[in-house]
Amino acid sequence: MTLRLSALLSAAALLALSAPIAAQDAQVLPPVIGQAPAEEGLSGTVSDEAAWQDLGIAIPTFATDQDVPTQTNAGSTAALGRSLAEVISSNLRNNGLFKPSGPTGLPQPSYPQVQAPDYAVWAARSAEMLVQGYVRANPDGQLTIGCYLFDVSLGQQLGKAGWVVPPSDWRRAAHKCSDMVYSRLSGESPFFDSRIAYIAETGPKNRRMKRLAIMDSDGANHRYLTSGQATALTPRYSPDYKSILYLSYLNGNPRIYVYDLATDKQRLITENRNPTFAPRWSPDGKWILYSMASAGNTDIFKISSSGGGTPIKLTDSPGLDVGGSFSPDGSRIVFESDRSGNQQVYIMNADGSDQRRISFFGGRSATPEWSPRGDQIAFTHIAGNLRIALMSPGGGGMRYLTNGWQDEAPTWSPNGRIIQFFRTERNTGKTSIWQVDLTGRNERKLQTPVDGSDPAWGPIRP
Amino acid sequence: MHAGSRIASVTLLIAGSIALSACASKAPKQLPPDPGPTTTTDNTGTGAPVPGSQADFVAFTQGADTIYFDTDRYNVDSQDAAALQTQAQWLQRYPQKRATIEGHADERGTRDYNLALGERRANATKNYLTSLGIDASRINTISYGKERPVALGSDEGSWSRNRRAVTVTID
Repeated sequence: MTLRLSALLSAAALLALSAPIAAQDAQVLPPVIGQAPAEEGLSGTVSDEAAWQDLGIAIPTFATDQDVPTQTNAGSTAALGRSLAEVISSNLRNNGLFKPSGPTGLPQPSYPQVQAPDYAVWAARSAEMLVQGYVRANPDGQLTIGCYLFDVSLGQQLGKAGWVVPPSDWRRAAHKCSDMVYSRLSGESPFFDSRIAYIAETGPKNRRMKRLAIMDSDGANHRYLTSGQATALTPRYSPDYKSILYLSYLNGNPRIYVYDLATDKQRLITENRNPTFAPRWSPDGKWILYSMASAGNTDIFKISSSGGGTPIKLTDSPGLDVGGSFSPDGSRIVFESDRSGNQQVYIMNADGSDQRRISFFGGRSATPEWSPRGDQIAFTHIAGNLRIALMSPGGGGMRYLTNGWQDEAPTWSPNGRIIQFFRTERNTGKTSIWQVDLTGRNERKLQTPVDGSDPAWGPIRP
Repeated sequence: MHAGSRIASVTLLIAGSIALSACASKAPKQLPPDPGPTTTTDNTGTGAPVPGSQADFVAFTQGADTIYFDTDRYNVDSQDAAALQTQAQWLQRYPQKRATIEGHADERGTRDYNLALGERRANATKNYLTSLGIDASRINTISYGKERPVALGSDEGSWSRNRRAVTVTID
């Protein structure tokens, strides 16, 4: 997949677009996302999340210079302008961020107003923040989409960004705009422009069909990758989004494959007849971590992701050593083992040395996942019910994020602020993907075409 | 690692690479039919099963084709031992027959761990049959983790029926 998302553009270039003196063409610049040049209005980290989450943000329909047809599924540039605002609005609303309103029920700014909002109008509507933008069809079929963030009470622009995208990628511009607004107001890293791999489930509990599927972070652009003839489990996006590791029962035995997204071909990660499972990438994508059972014992291995290398055995306990997740710097691995009698969480160096247990909470602790920020480990705590919990890499500060009957398999958002997991319904065995923020307060179900499990959130897209 | 096991692992590698070239296939694009029934077959046919068939094995063992485990455990208890002796009798009667042991876990565990646990249960079952004189080369193991429950409730009774190892002979 070669997605080009070139960031534009400065206020000068924007003016050029709207003014008759359009001698200077819009200049395509390297991406400046996440570092939108802006006045120091709201920089730094806002420590109290509640304060900024209560901000009222108006998001009117994006304006266009000319309502012309586009090759997007959203329609003409005017219709697309509305869809862009809708995607941004639901992004911010669905994730419990801010209190967005619009585009429905809001005035529609004209094209020249995009950069010069009528602050009085928005102040009268009690909007504290304002997100405006424009969409323009280029002669080559590409789209130029601009995004502006204003502080209404200050009467000041806080951020701006623009992108030239192929029609098929228009939603990415909306996600990049959402990320700019979110980062600017919260001081956090972006996460909306990212994708999720998961397992789509259908059928009765004893004959469940499980297919590998992918989607955008908001559920759009959904695609099935496998047919369901072989049960598929536990996918992981590669850091560069070019391939997916997952387990398949293809040819009978459960083994890990690398699925290449450009060619739709797959290969086994290791030439071995033993069952391999629980695949993970190293943060740099150069290593694959996996578990392999042999004569009833399971140990953790790593192998070069380029293929053909010799596996390196990292654990050697008589217990079941399973899973694993690299620290963001790649130097350490958190994993689970029942060497003490039941599942607990352990840490080791990336070469397998210095293995030690960190979970001492009672019950069992499983499926540890290291936060991309490095400061937390999400895991499944089992004490009767299965619940998603957090602890520090030292094993301290354990706290629950969910309270379901069976919640398991946490995966982190690219910025380490949100966790997705899957929830199994008692008796029916129906599964669904959920997400929760680190306060544990904002929990919601993701919409998927059918039941979903084993979510794996990929990194922010370049 | 002594010489014997090194030769064995080289052989495995060669076998593995043959399997690999056959497996590196393009994932089918079209929608599939529903997955077929699980490999655990019922003896629902009329009349006496063909001697030496899987149906015959099921009829012979009368439920003892499956053994059950406690939560997180994989040890073979006395009841299991009796069942495995019945299985071994049949396997000794038909020495050319091969079998697959399917290891399973209940739904109340995490997915990856249950795969490892199912493998461990299947392997413990295989080891017991081997100790009764069945050649290890006749027995394969496969773990289904929690993917193929036989009892569908979410209660201790269902979970105890799902923590199991099922011996399926290959026709």
